[in-house]
Amino acid sequence: MVSFSAVAKRYPGGQEALRGVSFSLEPGELAFVTGRSGAGKSTLLKLIPAIERPSSGSVIVNGQNVGALNRAAIPYLRRNLGLVFQDQKLLYDRSVHDNVMLPLAFSSHTPKEAARRARAALDKVGLLAREKANPVQLSGGEQQRLAIARAVVNRPAVLIADEPTANLDAESAARIVEIFVAFNQVGVTVLIATHDQALVARYGKRVLTLSQGRLA
Amino acid sequence: MSAWLRQHRQAFGAALRRLARAAGIMSALVIGVALSLPAGSYALLESLRALTARLTLEPQISVFLPLEARRADAEALGAKLRADRRIGAVRFVSREEALKELKQVAGISEVIAAIGRNPLPDAFVVSASAERVEALAADLGRLPGVAHVQADALWAQRLAALQGIGRVGLGLLAALLGAALVAVTFNTIRLQILTQRDEIEVSKLIGATDAFIRRPFCYFGLLQGLAGGVVALGIVAAVLALLNRELRPLAQSYGASFSFAFPPPADALAIVLLAGVLGWLGARLSVNRHLREIEPA
Ligand SMILES: Nc1ncnc2c1ncn2[C@@H]1O[C@H](COP(=O)(O)OP(=O)(O)O)[C@@H](O)[C@H]1O
Ligand SMILES: [Mg+2]
Repeated sequence: MVSFSAVAKRYPGGQEALRGVSFSLEPGELAFVTGRSGAGKSTLLKLIPAIERPSSGSVIVNGQNVGALNRAAIPYLRRNLGLVFQDQKLLYDRSVHDNVMLPLAFSSHTPKEAARRARAALDKVGLLAREKANPVQLSGGEQQRLAIARAVVNRPAVLIADEPTANLDAESAARIVEIFVAFNQVGVTVLIATHDQALVARYGKRVLTLSQGRLA
Repeated sequence: MSAWLRQHRQAFGAALRRLARAAGIMSALVIGVALSLPAGSYALLESLRALTARLTLEPQISVFLPLEARRADAEALGAKLRADRRIGAVRFVSREEALKELKQVAGISEVIAAIGRNPLPDAFVVSASAERVEALAADLGRLPGVAHVQADALWAQRLAALQGIGRVGLGLLAALLGAALVAVTFNTIRLQILTQRDEIEVSKLIGATDAFIRRPFCYFGLLQGLAGGVVALGIVAAVLALLNRELRPLAQSYGASFSFAFPPPADALAIVLLAGVLGWLGARLSVNRHLREIEPA
């Protein structure tokens, strides 16, 4: 599903964020990426949807070499991935429902079917009752769940989340991880980056530990 | 309905809503005012062209006899004119007829009465093809028994020359203001892209193609240009109506019927479409230039 081999990433300016990273995620697997702040977790995740390109090595997603993809092909790669960002990237000029509708603009669904899918996604994260609200009115945990609903509305095969529990209390954080676990149970491949070792320990799933850009 | 069509309809709708805001209407007005200059100049030049076409279609030469000429002299000259193969039609206007025509012009009959005699000579009005008029007029002037020759085509030629200058000026004006339209749209779209930075970034992250992101902006440029073109035509129509109201009494006093005409439908449509295309071009250039600066990180 997702496979890294000997991946290095050096940002312009010299900082080497990843070195010799190799691993492979099987379809239907759920794994955590952990490590201290600055270890390279976000960088690793960004290589998958080609937000960043590897400096060397190869990143294969769904059989495609993402690092070699040309610009025009990237949107189609991203449509098959569900991305949850550290800063959520919600749009505050529209309702909760319309935020979830965004990815459906490129789907071939009728407007009615698109709206139905948006509501189904909101239901899965427990936000259907707030669909008419503006995202600013939501709590931190609710905003994170909205970001997840937007990521899954097109039913991607792979779900990637960067620090989805940062700044959340333990209870909200647990609820977020439960949602990812539930998606994983219906076959979605999930990769979650977090610096919260205690949270990771609770689930007994596969853990990729990064330290100064290297996998332990 | 196909997904492709739906995406276009949505982009079009978004562009239309944006244009309906105060800022969109204002910039369409600005574009309209700017475009009304070349569009109006075009309407004026076309009206003048229609007028001169009417005048030069049958260039005429008036051949005047001396006041003291007798009718027999006139008949002899008439025979010579009819024999000239360069001349088409020959029409004799006797001094009596000429006087009768002149008396119909308001205010003149009192003047003539004051003179007490007919001040007009006998004359022939002959027609010739445009390119020969000047040479023919010179030849006719040398004929015995001819007092004076007047070629109507001369001033028409001067008018045509002036119109040529006018057309070049119009071309420059249109090019200049067309470029201004592109620049105004370029900047409007740049500001829109800045205010929609977040939406564009998110769209890119969730898999929007460049074409998808470009679409509403290009539609906006197109619609704003079209709206500007329509405003320009409205201004031209209003100005022409005003001019014609002032012109009518003047034209009537010369016994002429002349008015400035609104461009024919095909020309009006072309003006609006051209404005639309230029607006689209400005938007497209702006989007190409500014979208790449927004890369998700
Ligand atoms: N856009 C960037 N330009 C330069 N350096 C960067 C950039 N993003 C991250 N880095 C550097 O790369 C290293 C890894 O960063 P990151 O992947 O964000 O780590 P983490 O998510 O584990 O905190 C850090 O030293 C960071 O400063
Ligand atoms: Mg990070």
